[in-house]
Amino acid sequence: MTVHRGPVPTADDGEPRFSTWTGKARGWALRRLPPDKLLPEDQPSYVSSWIYVFGMGAVAAFAYILGSGAVLALNGPTWFHASAFGRFINSTHLWSVELFFMFMVIHLWGKFWMAAWRGGRVLTWITGMLAFVVSIVTAFTGYLLQTNFDSQWIAFQAKDALNAVGVGAWFNVADLGQILMWHITLLPLAVAAIVALHVVLVRMHGVVPPLEAAASDAQLRSTAPNPATESEDTK
Amino acid sequence: MLGIRQADAGMPDTGIYFQWGDFLIQFGNLVVIATMVVLFILALVLPFPGRRSRK
Amino acid sequence: MSKSLASTSWRARNDIASRPWPGTTREYDLFKELVVGLVVVGLLVLGLSAVFSSPDEPTVTLKSWAVADPADFVATATTELGGTSGTAGYGPPYNSTPDATQKFGPIDLQSLSGVRLPIDTANDFVIGPLQTLPTPPAAIDEWTKASDAQHTAWTTAYGDALSKAPDNDPAKVPSGDYGPVPALTGALLAMAQQGTLDPVLSAKGSFYNADYKASILFLGDGSYFPGLADAQHLTGDQWGMMNETGNYPGQSWLWLFSALYQLEPFKSSPSADVLVVFSMVILTLLLTLVPFIPGLRSLPRRIPLHRLIWRDYYKHR
Repeated sequence: MTVHRGPVPTADDGEPRFSTWTGKARGWALRRLPPDKLLPEDQPSYVSSWIYVFGMGAVAAFAYILGSGAVLALNGPTWFHASAFGRFINSTHLWSVELFFMFMVIHLWGKFWMAAWRGGRVLTWITGMLAFVVSIVTAFTGYLLQTNFDSQWIAFQAKDALNAVGVGAWFNVADLGQILMWHITLLPLAVAAIVALHVVLVRMHGVVPPLEAAASDAQLRSTAPNPATESEDTK
Repeated sequence: MLGIRQADAGMPDTGIYFQWGDFLIQFGNLVVIATMVVLFILALVLPFPGRRSRK
Repeated sequence: MSKSLASTSWRARNDIASRPWPGTTREYDLFKELVVGLVVVGLLVLGLSAVFSSPDEPTVTLKSWAVADPADFVATATTELGGTSGTAGYGPPYNSTPDATQKFGPIDLQSLSGVRLPIDTANDFVIGPLQTLPTPPAAIDEWTKASDAQHTAWTTAYGDALSKAPDNDPAKVPSGDYGPVPALTGALLAMAQQGTLDPVLSAKGSFYNADYKASILFLGDGSYFPGLADAQHLTGDQWGMMNETGNYPGQSWLWLFSALYQLEPFKSSPSADVLVVFSMVILTLLLTLVPFIPGLRSLPRRIPLHRLIWRDYYKHR
């Protein structure tokens, strides 16, 4: 095999040219999401409202859900009945979940009224909705794991909806072992993966401009040439 | 019609419920939903701090 | 460019929304926002947990049921023997009771899985557990040798007698042709009151257990357990799906799911569950696909809350 040394071969426009799958993947990722777009230091001037903080609030709440959930998982589902510390961790798990849903729903309301799916951002909207739906299923399995009166009753009631659509035989809400596995492995991984994809999509497309933004707006007129944005006029 | 129903059962602490016709809501859920609506309105109305725009 | 209506389409075009923003910017530190978010949410979580803790109502066991309401326990055991309980008449995935499934028009999804979690209430809930006793009651023999018709006759007669007895008390039932049923249900009651039925019913003679469906279904067939849930506003017709015990907030995000159960035609339909689930799937799809749905996606333009959100921007046009 020949080993190329020296400068990376480039195309006419100066872009690096990759020959391996790995290199091509890196090139694709760097083109779609260059570092300054992934971790920008500024945002368009219209990003100036408290409504923008609720997405990050949901991410922060999710971090506490994962942390408190990990402690609960490591100690088993019945630990919190007997241990005062366990009860406190259980409480932080409950309240971080309540805050997570509150922030996520406010975020959803905000993005709806901004029509934030405009300009090729439809997958961002869909992944956000998917995160909401999968979070609801995850929370539901958590309620089944409380091993108390509430989880007994939820198991008794919820079986009807699941059996009525033919999935109750495989998703048996009264099977603690099965529901525990769903709740502590598969579902949180799914939520985390969808949220990560959602955040990456937001960074790729940027924050959606105002609905009535026009080329004649002061914020768009008379802009000094900006090399950071000028060069990436994708179509 | 607002009515507070304090159920009497074998278990303690059965909670406070508000009922308007067919609509029944538990105190905790009402607080959570009301808080969300208030936060949403505040987020729209309150001015966002921060430096003015730059080029 | 004329003042045409702002587009709310999802399509990427050659417009301002689809291109990278070329206009003015402001400093916005995402990591600082994350750290501030973590601190604020962390304080909220710790504060709410310290002040309000979390709910933990103790479980109901077959023992606590048999002690608190023996009459209801015996009446329920009689329906399990006679095959007239809710579980016995449930259909798939527990048994193949005819015409028991919920249907959505001609679609019968409940039958799709078949009987994958088989439960024979007489044998699994009553006879089987009694056979694990050191000295099983002799009435088991009489029961197993009798015909199905005889089983039905005995359990119907005893069930009727129980419902007519003062306080539904098995001790106050007048004598009649109940066969071995009073002995069997009495022995099961004694077993439950001693606390030996709980492990036998859930673990089925094994050591380990993680599947509590037998105990949950047996509890749910009675009136005691649903009565406790009713007192806590947890049943379906009380918006119970979104409720938590006490005053704790529950799954308020299930408000629409809960609400549909309070409305016609769902409320009185024997297939309420499947109709509600289908409706929720359709409504969730509508919200997910709102960018593709003309009219719905124009709502943000018709009700211009965005003028509030972006008022700074619109002010400096």
